[in-house]
Amino acid sequence: MAKVIEVKNLKKRYKKADKNAVDGISFSISEGEFFSFLGPNGAGKTTTISILTTTLAKTSGEVKIGGFDMDREPNKVRGHIGVIFQNPSLDLNLTAEENIRFHAVLYGLYTFRPAFSMMPDSYKKRVYELAEILTIEKDLFRPIKTFSGGMKRKLEIVRSLIHKPKVLFLDEPTSGLDPISRKSLWDYLQQVRKEQNTTIFLTTHYLDEAEGTDHVAIVNNGKIISYGTPEKIKQTLVENYLLIDSPDRNKLKKELQEKKIKFLENGQIKVPLTKFKAQEVIKKIDTELSVMQIHAPTLEEAYVEIIANSMEKDKS
Amino acid sequence: MRLKKEINAIITIGSRDFIKFIRDRFRILATFIFPMIFIGILGGSLQSNLGKSVGFNFLTFVFIGSIGQTLFQSTASGIISLVRDREEDFAQEMFVAPVSRFSIVLGKIFGESMVALAQVVGIILFGLIIQVPIDWGHMARLIPFMIIPCLLGGAFGVLVLANLGSQVSVQQIFPFIIFPQFFLSGVFAPIKDLPPVLLVLSRIAPMTYSVDFIRSIYYYGTPEYSKIVLFNPATGLLIISVIFTVFLSLGTFLFVRNERER
Repeated sequence: MAKVIEVKNLKKRYKKADKNAVDGISFSISEGEFFSFLGPNGAGKTTTISILTTTLAKTSGEVKIGGFDMDREPNKVRGHIGVIFQNPSLDLNLTAEENIRFHAVLYGLYTFRPAFSMMPDSYKKRVYELAEILTIEKDLFRPIKTFSGGMKRKLEIVRSLIHKPKVLFLDEPTSGLDPISRKSLWDYLQQVRKEQNTTIFLTTHYLDEAEGTDHVAIVNNGKIISYGTPEKIKQTLVENYLLIDSPDRNKLKKELQEKKIKFLENGQIKVPLTKFKAQEVIKKIDTELSVMQIHAPTLEEAYVEIIANSMEKDKS
Repeated sequence: MRLKKEINAIITIGSRDFIKFIRDRFRILATFIFPMIFIGILGGSLQSNLGKSVGFNFLTFVFIGSIGQTLFQSTASGIISLVRDREEDFAQEMFVAPVSRFSIVLGKIFGESMVALAQVVGIILFGLIIQVPIDWGHMARLIPFMIIPCLLGGAFGVLVLANLGSQVSVQQIFPFIIFPQFFLSGVFAPIKDLPPVLLVLSRIAPMTYSVDFIRSIYYYGTPEYSKIVLFNPATGLLIISVIFTVFLSLGTFLFVRNERER
């Protein structure tokens, strides 16, 4: 598949800094891919996203977006990306429609007109369609001050999609949103992705949001320390185990020992699923069980371990 | 085609500033409060106490000076606020939009000039209410020239903006770059004769040329002209053009460079 983002050996050192904020990272993203970029605060996420969205100059390396070189054709790159910033980027004193209109005009889709009624019909039609998606038909011409946080975020996303970007950058889009708003935002993004085949570049602190992405890159200290599908990253952990317990725990432990099933006792009985599958372990046990749970690692657990390992390595 | 797109962007960015201004009740109120203090209280009290000895109407002097000062200052401060803006609201959008960085700067100057002109409409209304002695014919001929101090203020704003690191807040820096000019530019006091140090400082302050230019147009052909005006309109315009060109080109260059190379 065609690569929509290509980053080669990207480095950034801020003025007066004694080490690189981004230290030689390389990755590529295919068209239509859902890519998540994870890492602790200060790892270099925002620096990378600022460079990719053309607001910060890199120190060295090569970046191509949509086939355009970042240095030679920055405006071509800008025309092919959409950005959802960490901080809200709507004008609160303007109406929802004005926020959309200013964006559309800046991206060269229409000529500026000071009022909605003076805009061309194709624009009006588009805006009404978008309003329907957002269910803000009634509030379209009201200042957005009164909108809820989730509503504003959705409006920003709708707005950023109006110029049909190839890549949508989302910098912690759901921080500060309640779980229901988060869910509805993600449902909408997934729908957009399906319909428009938009590539998504996501940074987030909610690891469950990255769980459903195609590829994950974990950065720390300006370097990519882990890359792959969420499944592959989780496999680096051997944390697949069966959690069991019995009203008569001693009897259970004795049985496990007799049948040569390794286990750890830590509150409950933990049977690592390295040698046997869960099914096989259960079949072998005759003792009555009160607890039985298969544990598979989450991306969050993998992430925490990968970051912890990388920090330890740095110390030594 | 390319040019048309950039002009379109400049108009859009400018219009946004203007619309934001007219929707912001607090800012509109503030534009009335300042002239009320400076023209109404300061100008009024100076006129009563000193008016007779200076040989011209002091209230009118301060009133016309305030117009020059507001045009300059309002545009300058609007531009400088881009430092704060780029961290929030729609300004972030402007920087990732496919438009030239020069268009962003020009759009801001255009928009803030319109805001400044709207504020001057407020000042003139206020002058009407408190019955400042105004020659309306002279005021009318001032109108087409009002854009000049705006442009100068805009260029000054860009130069300041370009030299502000993001760590310095606008509120911190503003008193140092605007308030001294307030007094040096002769809005409230004649600056024809000054002790040497103040004379140099007042002629360095760009606001001086805005205030004096506006007065030179208003007072042109009146008996007070020679007592009030420093430079004739043509000389004033020439000085302003030079400062404008230097400030804007240098400021835009530095701004665009610093913006990306942090």
